[in-house]
Amino acid sequence: MATYAGLYALLALGLNVIWGMGGMINLGLVGFFAVGAYVAALAALKLGAPMLAGLCLAAAAAAAAGWAMALATARLRGDYLAIITLGFSEVVRLVASNEIWLTRGTDGISGIPGPWRGRLTPEQFNLVYLVLVVVALGIVFAMIERLRRSPYGRVLRAIRDDEQTAEVAGKPVRAFKVEAFALSAAVLGLAGGLYAHYTSFIAPDAFVPLVTIYVVLALTVGGTGNNWGAVLGACLVVFFLESTRFATAWLPGLEPVQVAAVREFTIGASLILVLRFRPAGILPEPLPHIATSGAAAPPEG
Amino acid sequence: MAGPILAVPAIGFTAIHPVLRFPNFTVASHATIGAFAGYVANTAGGLPAAPCVALAFVVAGLAGVINDEVVLKPLRPSGALTTAIAAIALGIALENVVRFVFGNDLRGYALPIRRDWQWAGLRIGPQQVQNFAIALTAMTAVFAFLAFTRTGKSMRAVADNPMLAGIKGINAEAVARLVNFVGMGLAGVGGMLIGLDTTIDPLTGFRVILSVFAASFINDLGSIPRAAVGALSIGVAEELSLLALAPAYRTAVGFAAILLVLTLRPRGILGERAY
Repeated sequence: MATYAGLYALLALGLNVIWGMGGMINLGLVGFFAVGAYVAALAALKLGAPMLAGLCLAAAAAAAAGWAMALATARLRGDYLAIITLGFSEVVRLVASNEIWLTRGTDGISGIPGPWRGRLTPEQFNLVYLVLVVVALGIVFAMIERLRRSPYGRVLRAIRDDEQTAEVAGKPVRAFKVEAFALSAAVLGLAGGLYAHYTSFIAPDAFVPLVTIYVVLALTVGGTGNNWGAVLGACLVVFFLESTRFATAWLPGLEPVQVAAVREFTIGASLILVLRFRPAGILPEPLPHIATSGAAAPPEG
Repeated sequence: MAGPILAVPAIGFTAIHPVLRFPNFTVASHATIGAFAGYVANTAGGLPAAPCVALAFVVAGLAGVINDEVVLKPLRPSGALTTAIAAIALGIALENVVRFVFGNDLRGYALPIRRDWQWAGLRIGPQQVQNFAIALTAMTAVFAFLAFTRTGKSMRAVADNPMLAGIKGINAEAVARLVNFVGMGLAGVGGMLIGLDTTIDPLTGFRVILSVFAASFINDLGSIPRAAVGALSIGVAEELSLLALAPAYRTAVGFAAILLVLTLRPRGILGERAY
């Protein structure tokens, strides 16, 4: 469970780079996650690549896909990116389900190696993997937090708040948007790779649009634009998902499919409620220390 | 999916977009709602296909208005993309309401089975002819409504320039409500027509959403006649893709079309002409 929270935190961090900082939306998060998972799995099984190389490949493949999509829509309004990313995730699922020679179709790929899997008890493996995910999360977190504080992150936020002004100020807006999108996709791909090595089994069913909603919910609840918020939100969402797994006991007289429906409905409804009533999330975005008109700049903290 | 059927929800999406100014992903779930409304009227009510389609229009349209008033409208000030996210979440919520009531099973309408007509070596299914006729009627009605009635003109005015329309005394709220009713109603009809062709389940609408978006996109987001042409082209392209690709990739054609248009001539679709 903690490992899943770590993976969702990675996904939420990836989303935070573009949505929280760059103001671009990616409604096909799960597509990049899936690309990462499949690339890592195939690299390990077909090429016999070591896990680290596989993860790098996974991140690179997802980044390339994100780069292409951002490039195609960079000149257009955000709507187009929303639609094209949603489409991308569906196409990824189609390809994964149908290119049986490569992905074994809906049967999924099993037997993806994990570090020291087999030599450790399942509990030990879980622990080792948790450490691994936390380390990965720490590295990514540090990098993105560094990015957020850097001039680069400032430009991204400027683009989010007012694209035209950023352009007038001489910032290459399109290049920034495309780069940020590719970077975010790389993080999503990395999360996918880690997921594949953890579960040792991936199938197209695992990459449904609902996963995208989980991640958006995690970031929105935690605090859009705040990296700590992304991690916190991911923990809350995973906690909610895990605790409702036993909801069948609380809701007697319902078919399993109805319980699943109630669960998914709750996820959708809570995202809408948070957007409506607490759009800044639990940990709102830390505002930079800038002088607002009339007020002196507060001392640097 | 055949082009004329695809055109119906595509026109719905195209009509809503310029007025409300966000990609309303709930077109998918309202198509499903329409399909199931028609299903209930058909199997439990024993009605034939045509009145069921009318009912699908009304139920999906009303659901669209209510969902927009209660859920999406209050979010619109937070921006188009936030509303789009909420629309995705709403779509999933609605889909699960349908799933809660009807389950995941595939369901078919209770319709008399008719022998295909054979003519000059072609086989034509009467059901498909009927679907085509329904789709054509719906499209013509919407087009005539927008082109010739006063209400239609005010809808176009709000889409073109909301501020100017407001100065002229057009109630943008009322127009938005009407546009939602008509647009989501058309989505519902589209969902039902798909169901008449094949079967329905809670994912009926979502499965065709890519084709619907592609149809609205490949020409000009916001122009209804062009959305119809777009739908026909996507329909033909999807059928032709069967020559080269596995049938499962039919829906990927829409995505490829969007990507191609955006890459090759983004200017062609940038000009947002309303209706």
